[in-house]
Amino acid sequence: MTEHRPDIGEPAPYWRTHSIPVITVIFASALPTMLPLIASSPVLPPMGLLIFLSWQLLRTEMWPVWIGLPLGLADDLFSGAPIGTAIFLWTITSILIHYLSQKILWRTFWHDWLIAAICIALIQTLSAKFSHPHAEWGRMAMIVAPQIIASILLFPIFMRLVGSFDRFRLKRR
Amino acid sequence: MASPAHHRSGQSRKAQLSLFIAYVIAVTGAVAGLLLAVLSVADPVGFATLRIAVHEATAPVARVSRQMMGSLSGVDDTVSAYVQAGNQNRRLRKELADARRQLVATSAMQEENRQLKGLLKLQETDKMSIASGYLLTSNSTSTKRLALLSIGRNMGAAAGQPVRAADGLIGRILVSGPSVSQVLLLSDVDNVVPVRRARDGLPAQLSGNGSGDLEVRTLNVANNPFRPGDILVTSGTGGMYPPNIPVAIVMRRKDDGAVARPLADPAKVDAVSVLRPYTASNIEAQSIPDADPSAPRPEAAP
Repeated sequence: MTEHRPDIGEPAPYWRTHSIPVITVIFASALPTMLPLIASSPVLPPMGLLIFLSWQLLRTEMWPVWIGLPLGLADDLFSGAPIGTAIFLWTITSILIHYLSQKILWRTFWHDWLIAAICIALIQTLSAKFSHPHAEWGRMAMIVAPQIIASILLFPIFMRLVGSFDRFRLKRR
Repeated sequence: MASPAHHRSGQSRKAQLSLFIAYVIAVTGAVAGLLLAVLSVADPVGFATLRIAVHEATAPVARVSRQMMGSLSGVDDTVSAYVQAGNQNRRLRKELADARRQLVATSAMQEENRQLKGLLKLQETDKMSIASGYLLTSNSTSTKRLALLSIGRNMGAAAGQPVRAADGLIGRILVSGPSVSQVLLLSDVDNVVPVRRARDGLPAQLSGNGSGDLEVRTLNVANNPFRPGDILVTSGTGGMYPPNIPVAIVMRRKDDGAVARPLADPAKVDAVSVLRPYTASNIEAQSIPDADPSAPRPEAAP
């Protein structure tokens, strides 16, 4: 009698639901240092950050709020910013997104994009200032401005990408 | 659309407690991260060792991808070249005409030089060079202009050694690992190079402006003697960089100095060589007391 249920398969295995997000963020942080690109200005978007923000906005409850600590450390090791920069900024971002997810109960795509845009702009500017503490604010902001604009425009694509990772993550066997 | 979060775990005391603990860890960690950042700004060398260890791990991938693709030379350059195509074309044509004229003069001298050198049986080998390698990859997402060099301590590369290409200076080694090293490029905001004008020896200072070009500051505040086309070479002042390495060409004047472009484009050079620091010992070159902790730089030219 009970055999007539439609077969929807087993839930995704534990390792897959838990490792995919972490692996994608760390890989995205490491990717720029694997490309044979000698840049003379910050030309690539901060991919680790974009993937991290996408996961946070898409699945706010998936990670504990302190996940920025290990992932930020990994990003710092690859990005060239002083170690601790991303640990600090990413964790603050994580706390902010958790807070906002309780304030704005039904976030839409536009909410997510706006939150991400603000986070990207603040994180990249502060991180540039951390990297060059003796340079003026205005100058550092000018250097990162093109990267920030490009990253904000590209963010929906990264959300899509993370969405497809998420589908794979939860795919039933 | 993201579903609303269910953090308020209602009556479950245990769930509330674990959530509270997560926040305590996050806040403590964030504060620790901030302290760590301040510390690593103050002492970049200690943490650089940790970073170079990570780069050792990713370097094999960079080596393979470089061999497969070649160097993705200057994406940003290509984009800006399209934008400024018209101006650039006009300027380049003018420069070409100038260059042709100079070439004629130079080729005569070159021939004479070759004959004289043949007479003297001069060796072209550069005694300052320690080893040569190539640039594998760089930090293309942050404002730090760091490139990864394919050789490390295995070939004698060590922190503080200047790195140059055939066309000119590239930068200097910031930290070296067993098989790779990190090079601080000229275009980094914190990399200050004492230079002089090739024509008359006028001293100046170069530092990166963060977007590929270099800022030239004259040490003589009163006037601004730079003209487009001036060639700047290292002066050797303050040690570290040996004198007379070509560095940059002045592109345009500014109110307080000039904007120059590096003669060697790190994105396009094939091989680079690591030079012996100009000072007597590496230790001396590294331990120069420094106002700017994130990049130990040579002392300012007098």
